[in-house]
Formats: sequence, structure tokens, C-alpha cells
Amino acid sequence: MTASIDPALQLRPQPSAFTTLRRVILDRPATIFALIIVILFVLVAVLAPWIAPHDPLAQSILDVNKPPSAVHPVGTDQFGRDVLSRLIYGSRNSLIFGFVSPVLAAILGTSLGVIAGYFGGIADRIISRVIDLLLAFPELLLAILIAAVLGGGFWNVVAVLTVAFTPGFARVARASTLAVKQEPYIEAAVAVGLRTPMIILRHVVPNIAAPIVVLTTLWIASAIRLEASLSFLGIGTQPPNPSWGNIIRDGLNNLFGSPWPIIGAGTLITLVVLAFNLIGDAVRDALDPEASR
Amino acid sequence: MTRYIVVRLLDAIPTVLLVLTLVFVAMRILPGDPAVAALGDFATPEQREAFREKMGLNAPLWQQYLTFVVSSLTLDFGVSMMNGRDVLGLIAYNLPYTIELTIASVLLGVVIGVPFGVWAATNPNRAPDSAMRGFSLIGYAVPDFYLGALLLIVFSLNLGWFPINGGGEGFLDRMHHVFLPALTLAFIKAAFLGRLTRTALLEVMGRDYIRTARAKGAREPRVIYRHGLRNALLPLTTGLGLTTLTALSGSVAIELVFNRPGLGKLLISAIAERDYAVIQGGIVVFALFVVAINLAMDLVYVLVDPRIRVS
Repeated sequence: MTASIDPALQLRPQPSAFTTLRRVILDRPATIFALIIVILFVLVAVLAPWIAPHDPLAQSILDVNKPPSAVHPVGTDQFGRDVLSRLIYGSRNSLIFGFVSPVLAAILGTSLGVIAGYFGGIADRIISRVIDLLLAFPELLLAILIAAVLGGGFWNVVAVLTVAFTPGFARVARASTLAVKQEPYIEAAVAVGLRTPMIILRHVVPNIAAPIVVLTTLWIASAIRLEASLSFLGIGTQPPNPSWGNIIRDGLNNLFGSPWPIIGAGTLITLVVLAFNLIGDAVRDALDPEASR
Repeated sequence: MTRYIVVRLLDAIPTVLLVLTLVFVAMRILPGDPAVAALGDFATPEQREAFREKMGLNAPLWQQYLTFVVSSLTLDFGVSMMNGRDVLGLIAYNLPYTIELTIASVLLGVVIGVPFGVWAATNPNRAPDSAMRGFSLIGYAVPDFYLGALLLIVFSLNLGWFPINGGGEGFLDRMHHVFLPALTLAFIKAAFLGRLTRTALLEVMGRDYIRTARAKGAREPRVIYRHGLRNALLPLTTGLGLTTLTALSGSVAIELVFNRPGLGKLLISAIAERDYAVIQGGIVVFALFVVAINLAMDLVYVLVDPRIRVS
């Protein structure tokens, strides 16, 4: 899923993208499985208050470190909190960060990339240099370094993830814009006297949309994993609010108590990230057949 | 070739300056008062003022910037605010553990991943190939810190084969300590490298010179390793660079899981303790490492790609 997208290949019209997508998804059993996981995940996150059996923050000194039972299907943690309820509420974090930060990064990155690609010159030189530099950093390390400055908390994590993903979008958008700019229809639009913002919005952006959409879907999985990593490191979602990452962190501090929180949260992260990876691959294959292997 | 190397080395200078500038911008200009960040919300205005004075935050911005660049380049990061120890000393103590972990995990990842990829590529669409696909799907999905926690629970806690924490003393003991953490990261690297090897090798194996080699009567292992893999080295080199970088970033969480000393653990503790000087030093050293690894990879290309060597 880390396969890069060659922007030069994106420019053919895709008349039936939705049909192709449906076909690509339904053709593969693995993708159907992924789709079911994703739908369950979204439902659980949305319905958390109604389906969680217990209050995820309620502590009980009598129920510390209980193994799985009928009352607590995934057991309890060192504070006697119900792990299943914490996992259910934790899915909300993953859902929000998984979608919000790639979309924000897509908007920000595409804007920067289009500006650099369309106008060129000094703006392009500065933007490209900074992008190249930031791209030299793995997203996780970049996120850790920014979070080191900003600290944890909801909005800071949104900002951290957005900044970590923006350079990738900017690079793809810039390269695609450079290619689109060579097309005759842009020349025609300039010749008929269309104003530049109009050309960019009506003719450039729609024609670079496919790789941006592909990249956004591919990064949902990364965003979920990054949020979990940051929360695990203590610079993401702050306790006592549950996040799959900080549930594993709490679990590690309680290794001799109960392994169940770690196993529960870890399995969920793996499953959900796997599902989004499979769907991201399917979307890429549908919208961008030549980028896939 | 010399020209290429010189150009690459010179190019690293503006890159380093840009990195330092971005770190400076992030730490000084972003919203939030470092004095509040470091001392907490309950510090008195006098304490904050004393902190600003001590950290040189009252000087004009350009002067702060120059001081920052010069002290970063001379690796003078001041002293820790928690224990008064020299930040450079703290980094020098922790860095070898991180380097050890990064190198060990990359080596293990190559040793597991490359043969697996070759095996999959030489049996396309058969069982080994499916195994590779399954392995890479899991490897891309499982968080390293979760895998680490599982290995820790099984092999250290339950079976007692490996130590539960620390970095070890002396070579053998250190290798004993580094094995599980490195294996954790290597598993994920191997998924990536294996898939990369498979793709690169499959592409090469369809070329004419492979057919020629076979027609000459070369044995299959020779065809694969001498003619195939050798020509698949270039994408693998890129992959190796990426692997080293992600191993470095993965080491942060892994050091926490296995409670090992290391740069990542130092940085994370510093963030928790709001130890401003250590945070700044840690970020700079991490960032310089990334630049250095990228530079090293550019230089390795020279060895691998004869086209660069000639031009």
C-alpha cells in the first residue's frame, strides 16, 4: 500500500470510476471482508454510547485485572475499567483521526502543490525544497518530532497528523499539475481569457483529483496507525480518554496484571488498518490501474 | 562520480540549515509559550521570566536563531532542566543503543525479507507467493509496538528466554537484549523488503538477458542471484534507505515497549517531563540523523548504479 502513485499516469478521463470501483471491490473476497470490517468499525464508533456495556471511565477497585468473563468480555484493566467499553469508545478516536487528518492534509497539500506546479518560480522553489526535506522524514518520526513541540491533546494530534501527511499530497499534486498544465485545454482556457483562479478550480483540480483521492484512501490506514502510535507514546490522545494506542500503553504498565487490554486493542488496530489497506489498494486499482502492481 | 559525490555532500549543507530553521520555527514561533510548556500552568510570572532569561528567549529573534544554529552545529544543547546533566552527554549515552537497534533490525529484516521475496518471485502465483502476500498484508497492518508487546509477553515474561528490560552490558548481553526488539522491527521491515524484492525481481526476470543467461545453460540459482537479483539492486537500495529510516522512527516506540535506553526513550521522557533542552537536542539529533541516512543512501547509489558512476 506504500506504492507510490505516478502522477503522469493519472490524466486519462475515468468515465466509470464508480463502476470500476464496485467491480474491483466485489471481485475480491478479501476486499468484501475488508468492507465488512470497515462498516462494523464505523457503526461501533458511531453507536458507542448505545452499545458499550459499561462506562469506559468508571473505575472499580473490586474488579481490577479480571480475565474475560460474561460481564466483562475482554476483562478489566488495572483500574477495574471495562476493557471492551474502552475499546468501543477508543474506536471513535481512530475513526475521527483516520478520516479528518488525511482529508485536511489533502486540502492543504493539494493547495500547496497546485500553487507550486501552476505558478512555478520562486514559490515553487521554496515549496518544493521544504516538501523534499519533509518527505525525507518517515511520517511517524515527523509526527513524533512535531508532537514533541506541540504536546498531546485532540487538536494538536489533528495538526500533527495533518502536517505529517501534507508533503506527500503536495508532491503528487505538484507533479500532476505540471503534467495537466501541458494539456491543450489549459492553453485553450488561457486563450479564451479565463481568469487564473477559474482555470485552477475548473480545469486543473478536477483533472488531478484521481491520484489525490487514491492517496487520501491509502492514508486513512496510516492515520489510524499513527494516532495509535502517538497515543501509545503518550503524545496523542490523553488519558483517561480511551484510544487504542493508550490502552496498549496502560496495558504495558500492567504486564503482570492482565494481557487482555494489549491483545484486544492490538488486534483491533491490526484488523482495521488491514481492512483500510485492502480498500485503499482496491480504490487505487480502480482509479489508477497503472500504479498498481 | 567524484563530482556527483561532491555535489551531494555540498547539497547536504543547505539541507541541514533548512532542517535547523524548521526546528527553530517550530519551537519558537508556533503558538504556545515555551516557558509555560516547560514549567507548567502553575509557575509564577517570575519563574517564567527567569526561565526565558536562562534559555535566551528574551534576545531578539535573529540572535536566538543564530545562537540556535551555532549551538546545534557544535552539538551544544545545554543542560537538562530535570537533572542538570549535560544534554550532549545524555544523547551520547543513549545514541549507541538506538543505532544498535536500528542496524540489528535492518540486518534481520534483510536476512528474512530478501530470501522470502526471492522465494515468492521464483514461484509466482503459487503457495510461496501467497504466503508472501499474506505476510506483507500483516506486516503493513500490525503496529510495531503491539507486536513488540506480544513478543515481550510470550518470550520474556512467560518463557523467560529474553530479558524484560534494559540495554545490557558487554557485547553478548547487549545482543541478547537487542534481539527481541530488533526482531519486532525486522518483521515489519521484512514484509516491506520481501514484497519489494519480489516485485523488483519479477520485473527483471522477464528481461532478455535472463533468457540469454538461461539459454547459455547457466544454472537457475546463478541466473536468479547473479543476473536477476543484481539488477534488482537499485530499487532494493532505495528500499533499504526507507527501511533504515522507518526502523529509526520505529525504535522510539520499541524502546518504550522493551524499556530500553535510547534516543527515542530519552525524547519521550523529556516530553513527559517538559525538559525543553533535552527535547530540543533530541529533535535536532534525530533530524540530523535522517539527513545523514538520506545522504548515505545517495552515496550508496553510486556503488550500485554504474550509470551514476560514469556520468
